[in-house]
Amino acid sequence: MRRSFAPWVKPDAKPLIRFENVTKRFGDSTAVDHLSLNIFEGEFFCLLGPSGCGKTTLMRMLAGFETPTKGTITLGDQNLAGVPPYRRPVNMMFQSYALFPHMSVEKNIAFGLKQDGMSKDQIADRVGEMLRLVQLEKLARRYPSQLSGGQRQRVALARALAKKPKVLLLDEPLGALDKKLREETQFELMDIQHELHMTFVVVTHDQEEAMTMADRIAVMDHGRIVQVATPGEIYEQPKTRFIAEFVGDVNIIEGHVQGQENGLWRVKTSSAAVPLTIDDPDEVLHSGQAVAIAVRPEKMVIQRDPPGPSAINVLTGEVWDIGYLGDWTVYRVKLATGEILRVTRANASRFVENPIEWDEQVYVTFAPDAAVILAE
Amino acid sequence: MTMRRLSVFNVTSLVIGFAFLYLPILLLVIYSFNASRLVTVWGGFSTHWYGALFRNEALMEAAWVTLRVAFLSATLATLLGTLAALALARYGRFPGRTLFTGMVYAPMVMPEVITGLSLLLFFVAVGFDRGFWTITLAHTTLTMCFVTVVVQSRLMTFDRSLEEAAMDLGAPPLRTFFSVTLPLIAPSIVAGFLLAFTLSMDDLVIASFNTGPGATTLPIKIYSAVRLGLSPEVNAASAILIGIVTVGVISATLLSKRSVLRSRRNSH
Repeated sequence: MRRSFAPWVKPDAKPLIRFENVTKRFGDSTAVDHLSLNIFEGEFFCLLGPSGCGKTTLMRMLAGFETPTKGTITLGDQNLAGVPPYRRPVNMMFQSYALFPHMSVEKNIAFGLKQDGMSKDQIADRVGEMLRLVQLEKLARRYPSQLSGGQRQRVALARALAKKPKVLLLDEPLGALDKKLREETQFELMDIQHELHMTFVVVTHDQEEAMTMADRIAVMDHGRIVQVATPGEIYEQPKTRFIAEFVGDVNIIEGHVQGQENGLWRVKTSSAAVPLTIDDPDEVLHSGQAVAIAVRPEKMVIQRDPPGPSAINVLTGEVWDIGYLGDWTVYRVKLATGEILRVTRANASRFVENPIEWDEQVYVTFAPDAAVILAE
Repeated sequence: MTMRRLSVFNVTSLVIGFAFLYLPILLLVIYSFNASRLVTVWGGFSTHWYGALFRNEALMEAAWVTLRVAFLSATLATLLGTLAALALARYGRFPGRTLFTGMVYAPMVMPEVITGLSLLLFFVAVGFDRGFWTITLAHTTLTMCFVTVVVQSRLMTFDRSLEEAAMDLGAPPLRTFFSVTLPLIAPSIVAGFLLAFTLSMDDLVIASFNTGPGATTLPIKIYSAVRLGLSPEVNAASAILIGIVTVGVISATLLSKRSVLRSRRNSH
């Protein structure tokens, strides 16, 4: 059902939120730098990036807590310039949750509804609905200090959803939860978003979180957007070395383009005896150009026996480290050049006869289409 | 924190320290229950002087003036002090902030004689008749900075995202202040008020400078009574004063502590 949702590929689709050439400076430092971005109605959109990349500033400008130095932000047909936070049809779930400590759970959820001048009965109905949504009916009269971290997170979510905002902003929504709860909550957030057909914009520094939840991810660095794409595209076709390294694990092999043969690129590198063959037809490169080849660890194959003479993309080295993670085993293979490759293998069977051991000579291979060429 | 056992040295210094601070006060309280008219001779336990005190119209009148001055000046000081605290804690680095901070806190370290004298000169210069209102205003000047200190320290630990959340949910700034900020800093405001109240109640120096006919506060009355000779009634009045001040200061401390603790507990 979700698969068909891709308004961003339709040329006539009208975005709900438009950032146009937005810049935000704090004194001498530029937090957001000439950024343009479209977010569509019903999207689960993630702003992903390391701390200090400007993602939180971008969200706070949407909420109205910061004013852009330059550029415009529009929501629907409304230019948001000069609209204060309390008049925007946008609600935010804060990283610290920001629950009012002097109000009970139900009063917290009712706060926004009260500001709209809703009648008491309507407020009570809506609060009840929200409490059911986040499964906190029994804790309506508790105070925030009497709740666990996970419960507080739900109250914060219910409070932000209560006013049925056009856009819900979530600032590191799962940052304060432990791993297990975080995973559960990720799926819950997705369900809620789906059920309410609401536009969610999430700020996170956790790539796994972004990959799991988002329809699209915008990867940010130094106040700019480096790539906006679906999680699959971000992972499999990263545009830059920064993204390849920030999202997931990756092996980077540096080299120079030698030429093109049958649509495949030949890249000469000091890491392998024979030039590597890469199937990345979208890249436009010229001979002699310096490039980085990015290969995900799970797309490399490790073996003890030498591959046949016709094999391509062969790297040789010795096993430096083995990490057993249960579902995966991670091999760190040291090449003759001193580079360390990370190769993972799924532990599909419970017992392996004669497994690869420390210090063994091994061969690492990968298919031409397993790699991505990143122009330096 | 490790609990360290009290050594003989620690116990001794504690005892000497507390004795130094509180023995005279304790003596005064004990002698206020003296049956004898002679202040320095113990004549058995009696609450006689407390009764006499309440029948002493001059003393009661002074007490009434003191309470009214304390209440009014503490109210004014709380209002002004809270506003100053908000300005200092909230408006970032406005030009002259350091100077302003210094000026707000100056009365704390200014010798009382100087404060009293300068206020007196001011009132004389503007032709303000000295009496009830001049003492009230002088005490407001004296106590405002204490309110500012207490409220500002609370505001420093205040999570601003609470206010942002209120605005995000549709509350304009003023409503945000009254529905979120004020209830949360209220304990520290009350603490500031109590502190201002007790400071005003036991002030002698500034009150003496700025008093006028018909506006004698209890400390002034006690001081002048003692100059004519010690009286057990004055002991009783002082004991009551000590009681009120103690209760005020202790509740102020507890309130501000609780409010800081609460803000800390909610921040994680």
